[in-house]
Amino acid sequence: MDLEEAEEFKERCTQCEAVSWGLTDEGKYYCTSCHNVTERSKEVINSDIIPNAQIKALNRGLKRKNNSEKGWDWYVCEGFQHILYQQAEALKNLGVGPELKNDVLHNFWKRYLQKSKQAYCKNPVYTTGRKPTVLEDNLSHSDWASEPELPSDVNSPFLESGMESQSDVHTRKSLRISKALQSETSVCSGSLDGVEYSQRKEKGLVKMTVPQTLAFCYLSLLWQREAITLSDLLRFVEEDHIPYINAFQHFPEQMKLYGRDRGIFGTESWPNYDDIYKKTIEVATFLDLPRFPDITEDCYLHPNILCMKYLMEVNLPDEMHSLTCHVVKMTGMGEADFLTFDPIAKVAKTVKYDVQAVAVIVVVLKLLFLLDDNLEWSLSNLAEKHNEKNKKDKPWFNFRKWYQIMKKAFDEKKQNWEEARAKYLWKSEKPLYYSYVDKPVAYKKREMVVNLQKQFSTLVDSTPTAGKKSPSSFQFNWTEEDTERTCFHGHSLQGVLKEKGQSLLTKNSLYWLSTQKFCRCYCTHVTTYEESNYSLSYQFILNLFSFLLRIKASLLHEEVSLVEKELFKKKYSVTKKKSKSKKRRR
Amino acid sequence: MSRAASLPVIYSAQSVIGMSDFSEELKGPVTDDEQVETSVLSGAGMHFPWLQTYIETVAIGGKRKKDFAQTTSACLSFIQEALLKHQWQQAAEYMHSYFQTLEDSDSYKRQAAPEIIWKLGSEILFYHPKSNVETFNTFADRMKNIGIMNYLKISLQHALYLLHHGMLEDAKRKLSEAETWRHGEKTSSREILINLIQAYKGLLQYYTWSKKKRELSKLDKDDYAYSAVAQDVFNHSWKTSVNISALIKIPGVWDPFVKSYVEMLEFYGDRDGAQEVLTNYAYDEKFPSNPNAHIYLYNFLKRQKAPRSKLISVLKILYQIVPSHKLMLEFHTLLRKSEKEEHHKLGLEVLFGVLDFAGCTKNITAWKYLAKYVKKTLMGNHLVWVQEEWKSRKNWWPSFHFSYFWAKSDWKEDTALACEKAFVAGLLLGKESSWRSKNRPQTIMADSFFLAWMAICMYSLGTGDRLEIPLACLEMLRTSKLDGGWAPVPLE
Repeated sequence: MDLEEAEEFKERCTQCEAVSWGLTDEGKYYCTSCHNVTERSKEVINSDIIPNAQIKALNRGLKRKNNSEKGWDWYVCEGFQHILYQQAEALKNLGVGPELKNDVLHNFWKRYLQKSKQAYCKNPVYTTGRKPTVLEDNLSHSDWASEPELPSDVNSPFLESGMESQSDVHTRKSLRISKALQSETSVCSGSLDGVEYSQRKEKGLVKMTVPQTLAFCYLSLLWQREAITLSDLLRFVEEDHIPYINAFQHFPEQMKLYGRDRGIFGTESWPNYDDIYKKTIEVATFLDLPRFPDITEDCYLHPNILCMKYLMEVNLPDEMHSLTCHVVKMTGMGEADFLTFDPIAKVAKTVKYDVQAVAVIVVVLKLLFLLDDNLEWSLSNLAEKHNEKNKKDKPWFNFRKWYQIMKKAFDEKKQNWEEARAKYLWKSEKPLYYSYVDKPVAYKKREMVVNLQKQFSTLVDSTPTAGKKSPSSFQFNWTEEDTERTCFHGHSLQGVLKEKGQSLLTKNSLYWLSTQKFCRCYCTHVTTYEESNYSLSYQFILNLFSFLLRIKASLLHEEVSLVEKELFKKKYSVTKKKSKSKKRRR
Repeated sequence: MSRAASLPVIYSAQSVIGMSDFSEELKGPVTDDEQVETSVLSGAGMHFPWLQTYIETVAIGGKRKKDFAQTTSACLSFIQEALLKHQWQQAAEYMHSYFQTLEDSDSYKRQAAPEIIWKLGSEILFYHPKSNVETFNTFADRMKNIGIMNYLKISLQHALYLLHHGMLEDAKRKLSEAETWRHGEKTSSREILINLIQAYKGLLQYYTWSKKKRELSKLDKDDYAYSAVAQDVFNHSWKTSVNISALIKIPGVWDPFVKSYVEMLEFYGDRDGAQEVLTNYAYDEKFPSNPNAHIYLYNFLKRQKAPRSKLISVLKILYQIVPSHKLMLEFHTLLRKSEKEEHHKLGLEVLFGVLDFAGCTKNITAWKYLAKYVKKTLMGNHLVWVQEEWKSRKNWWPSFHFSYFWAKSDWKEDTALACEKAFVAGLLLGKESSWRSKNRPQTIMADSFFLAWMAICMYSLGTGDRLEIPLACLEMLRTSKLDGGWAPVPLE
């Protein structure tokens, strides 16, 4: 087992005097150099919080084999814990600081178990009417490394009773469960509480689901103010850098899944931005988390930094950054109070940092080029002429040229993305089945699919597919050296700005609002986005950005409207003219 | 016009043993009841992909489709696109991912998957450069055992694939295997499939038989080998007839089977049996309307020297189904020779009918017949018949047949055809009053030529700017005899 887990055991080995310990399956230490097994077991060492005897029992409980066919007894929350553990590991490999896994996520999870009354509380859900055996809310000592043990003590009262206690209640309960396990034809589950879990419905309870694990991950990222946005997180999931689809297949061999577990752990969809965003808020509110650390200007999630990142990503001139900063300042979106997530505030809401930053860029593009399918092209003509005449100067940004290059790059990317999605293999090596009767069928099917795939892979060209892309927060790459794909980062905005006294004004003095009126009814949308009502350039830009973030164009449109609402607050409240002009200083 | 182009092609193609033909047949009445089509079919096999997605969203009540379902259906369209573009490599690549639909959690889709996979996979393996008989065999054997629903169908198509590669013996073995396969309940659709499999086996036996027959015909009757071969021929025939006869009693289109079965019956002198089979095949109302059935019956009756009236009645039905069939000219001849007046009238109708079709516009025999027959009809005082036919064609025949463009190109390519057409045009386009006022036969005759010449002028001039053709034609008319019809004289 993990050497890491045995790190805190520092005594010398009695046989070879080395300090290099591993943990056996029974939780005992053994020396990795001479394989001498000690009498000391891990639980004893950590017994400062948790009664030793109980853990021993639990530990045996977890590892106890009910029957070699059926594997270990395990609980649904252990499964989710395992997934979270894998995800945290994956995030660590992506370069996120180790505190995220060891402190933040672990604490959130413990808090969740407590709030959902699965553990760390006086009345764990599985022990109806039984007096609390353990555990005051003592979350200070975190020991993420001992992770496999944690869920066992969660369910400890019950397990213990199943094995040792003779009290009626528990005997009955354990009988019922063993019965459920024995009846092979009925719909049951590999986990001990799969059936109960899927039937559990309580008001105010946030039940764990597989998408919820991502909400936990995102919350911890947010807490740590890590440089991963929600859209990045979901994209990494889609690119298989973070375990999500079929995460259960990495469960230990002895944790069998079937029946109800199929519905709980099987996923056939990639996470959806809006969905995870809502779940994040839901989880944070449920956990009753305090205000998150402030998002200040030096944080990656601050719009100024994100705007810079996205400007680079879509190959727009660096000079636009000062304009985006200006918009951020005017709308007050850069304030820590606005940006920081506070779940206990009156209305818990967090900012969609990535969507918002992109919306700011869209607004700036509209300010500069109007995007009415007209002005942007005539400005492009001017820029083209100017660039032809002054070949040595810093070139003016030419919207048309940018469009042509971006359109090509975007179409290619999107095509590849669609093809890759169509080729995605969803099914795990471990097929999920409903009952033991189905098991051979499911395995036979799997084998057959594998055989067919093997046969057809011989027909495919032997050129190796590029393999797994290494994770990157950038999807496009623009460099000055590439002659075919012009890099616009260094281009100047002179063509679209004019000097007036000491300030710079945009040549374009018009502006149109993406949404005139916000919906105030009870429907979920604030704005509607009917593609055909908008100019082609606006559509293109929305499509480009929403592809980058893997969100729907309508979501981005909504965010653009919200930014505009802040930016033109006064005009919104005073008059409702169709188009408003806007002059700004730089 | 499109009807004219497609109909005769479809029906006159008498099935040769080949993959595509059979798979078409398999899609026909045989498997309708158990075929699970993923696309929306409406009417005559029309396909509306947009409708499909619409229906799907309605079916799931506006809920978001699972990504698994989305990507696999995208994968399917990528495969279809690749197949369409003959990109076998890409198709195989996508196929690799598409196999996972066998494990779809949606049981409806999971059940439909083997058939779709079989169809796509066998198509890919049929064309893929890296594929060979062995790969195909492995694939077919695997697919047969995924879901017993498709065992028979796949076996049959597997056999056809082997036939396509000339592996007759292997194909026969596959068919026998399928024939003896027993699994689960016997359903009616499966029974038909078994019949079909047996019939194909019979067809293979017929093939061997007809090879033997050819050998036999080369041998001398006194040859010592003769009796042995003859015995062989007889044995085969017996087996085959058992195999085929069961199938052709079931309503359906069984052209190759019927044909070979009848050939054998005829060979052994069982004419009544053959006639019964053919009559049943052509006239049983339960069978789908099939022009070939009537053609077979007609040819058979012709061979048997059946009376004219019988032949006419068979062709009358064919005329109703395929008025452009090449047998229609034969039908016309029969009608013309008949004594009944109504047959004469029908004869005119048939000719006009043939020439309604774009595929027949250059058929010189038809034009020749029409020219002669219109003339004869007019001389026989049946102006009304011609008028009747002409009435519905008046609006479109001039531009369809007698345009300036056609005059020019016909004249260049086939002068005789141009002359026949001109003659007809003269008769039809000439003033109707001239037919009526001068109804003495001789005059009509003379007038016809005059009108023909006029017609050529009208027909070829169109706008009236070129004179070479009408002048040349006039020259030709002058030199030709009046009564002997006019033999085309090459001018250039």
